[in-house]
Amino acid sequence: MIETSNLTGQRIKKYMQEGKRFDGRKLDEFREIFIETGVSKNAEGSARVKIGKTEVLVGVKMNVGEPYPDSPDKGNLMVTAELLPLSSPRFENGPPKFPTIELGRVIDRGIRESKFIDFEKLCIKEGEKVWTVFIDIYSINDDGNLLDAAGIGAIAALKNAKIPKYDKKEEKIIYEEKTKEKIPLAKDIPIAITIHKIGNNLIVDPTRQEEDISEARVTIGSSNGIISSLQKGSETSLKEEEFYKILNLCEKIERDVFKKIEKFLK
Amino acid sequence: MTTKTFKRPDGRKVDEIRPMSAKVGVIPNADGSAIFSFGETIAIAAVYGPKKMHPQHSQNPEKGTLRCTYNMLSFSVQDRIRPGPSRRSTEISKITEWALEPIVILEKYPNMVVDVHINILQANASTRCAGINAAAMALAHAGIPMRDMVSSISIGKLDKQLIVDVNKDEEDWEEGEGATDIPISLTSSGDITHFQLDGKIKKEELKKALELAKKATKEIYEVQKKALKELPGVEND
Amino acid sequence: MSERKIVIPGEMIAKGNDFLPGDGTEKRGEEIIALRYGLAEEINKLVKVIPLSGVYNPRRGNVVIGKVELITFGGWVIDIGVAENAFLSLTEVPRFVNKDGLDEIMDIGDMAVVKISAINKRGIDATIKSRGLGKIDEGMIVPVNPNKVPRIIGKEGSMINLIKDETKCNITVGQNGLIWIKGDKVEDELFAKKAILFVTEKSFTSGLTDEVKKWFEKEKKNNDN
Repeated sequence: MIETSNLTGQRIKKYMQEGKRFDGRKLDEFREIFIETGVSKNAEGSARVKIGKTEVLVGVKMNVGEPYPDSPDKGNLMVTAELLPLSSPRFENGPPKFPTIELGRVIDRGIRESKFIDFEKLCIKEGEKVWTVFIDIYSINDDGNLLDAAGIGAIAALKNAKIPKYDKKEEKIIYEEKTKEKIPLAKDIPIAITIHKIGNNLIVDPTRQEEDISEARVTIGSSNGIISSLQKGSETSLKEEEFYKILNLCEKIERDVFKKIEKFLK
Repeated sequence: MTTKTFKRPDGRKVDEIRPMSAKVGVIPNADGSAIFSFGETIAIAAVYGPKKMHPQHSQNPEKGTLRCTYNMLSFSVQDRIRPGPSRRSTEISKITEWALEPIVILEKYPNMVVDVHINILQANASTRCAGINAAAMALAHAGIPMRDMVSSISIGKLDKQLIVDVNKDEEDWEEGEGATDIPISLTSSGDITHFQLDGKIKKEELKKALELAKKATKEIYEVQKKALKELPGVEND
Repeated sequence: MSERKIVIPGEMIAKGNDFLPGDGTEKRGEEIIALRYGLAEEINKLVKVIPLSGVYNPRRGNVVIGKVELITFGGWVIDIGVAENAFLSLTEVPRFVNKDGLDEIMDIGDMAVVKISAINKRGIDATIKSRGLGKIDEGMIVPVNPNKVPRIIGKEGSMINLIKDETKCNITVGQNGLIWIKGDKVEDELFAKKAILFVTEKSFTSGLTDEVKKWFEKEKKNNDN
């Protein structure tokens, strides 16, 4: 399939001027979100998230190791993402390129800075043994907005996770035996929303075609109104008013998305 | 050789395959895609191509190139795998390519490549076999001309007992002669496209293993065929 | 065996020495075996497989839609979605072209409707010397599975003409699976796109033209509400 030219992109932009999108959504409307948890049994926790046709798979694994010297009483977090070649003709095998790295780091920041995980409760023996939480994000089909899907997937997988049994004497993890203990999480869920600027319009949850003509984007991670992470991407600059518009829009979208996903996260 | 009283860890009969499931058209972006599972082992495959091959110096002017990659998701196994290729995944990628190469007809696509990407979403042994089964379906689904379908199964020997479709507990079998793992891939007309072994086995037992594989791959072929013939999965714009 | 059924590679479609192997099949002994995933069809003992998927196979005379990839001193190199690019020589343009003015006619990244004039060892030659060919200025491009193109066009254009009339759009269907839709309003273009995607989804059903007519009636009623 040839990568279509900007012809369709021009049409998308023109339609947006009228406040409309090809699939009938409003500019600030998300596609249907679907979350399924516990989809990979060897993971401590896992989730499959679909936003429209975009699909990601996120898994949580836990390991015991030494804490970092500057946080001897805290557990650790490591978030990695992989844009799998099977999810898009644009992704190739090989070492992670920038979009992959950025995705992992943005989601990491969103979870870490919001203090969603209570790292102190993940300490087994201060200075010696702490839990490390690994969150691994994989794209399964890219139809735009992998970032927001990944963020939702990470939260869902964390909520789904159960801590494996740790034998303190043998200093070994017995993965087959899961405890009933869940990862210590805060009540307020951090949600990452990316807002895109296309022409004079701001939109949310772009399809791949819309993402192709996005000029600038801002991803904001917030929980219960407190912003804990922010990333502006792409080379185009934003005017101050546009930036404030984005901040205001984000609050509304965060509430809308939360409403859409809360039934899945019980 | 087959003892009716041999107890497999999950209670299966010696020639019983775990419940299988298969579906095509699971990745909208791909030209062809499929998911295949043996019990708790789940493999997903996507095919992109035929398409122009880069770098140009890798192009084959006589016919198209088949290129396979196999990778396990980090959380597909109990002990997390660090993301990225490993020697094992590189070897299995090549084995998969060899398992499928004899049946794809790429003479009409010189200088082009057909990419097959396999990922293991959940592992309970026999992952390369599940991967090959998914890949064969995805290739057909993508419209790649093929002489035949390929079906793959792992035959095992636990001590002296031959079994069909090895799971993780059986892979780790330690009693007696231990575990011998024999993954085999066959076309529906019985040609062998892939054969591996590690363990210890006598020639006669190996012949019996192949007989078991022939029977098992017939069952797998029916599952693959059924998945491809289910209409809703056929659309792939 | 006249009913179409889905076959997979390696499957036997027909058995008997009087059957002949057509497209997508080969004869092994007395059996006709499918070499493609598709619908098996037998007409007058000729057995073939109509593919459900797979890349476009360029043929002389085909009208295709492609993207200008390169401008050389003699013409334009156009990507039509297959390994070989099509080459449009400046002599195949219906007016005089200055050797330095090629990019003014069509620039890199532009989409164009071209006709394949020849396929030989050198590659694929294209022309825009007929009506309806040339650079695409505006509208939208909808990619579809090239195997569904015959259904979208319909017998003697019946399906595509129905869609054009009902949506009031100009539609050019490239044999390579790219479809150019141009209407007065974006809504009309989206309506045409929706209709085309409906046809691709239902491409197996017989009596499809009637089904599409009914679909249009329903859609119009919904739009009026």
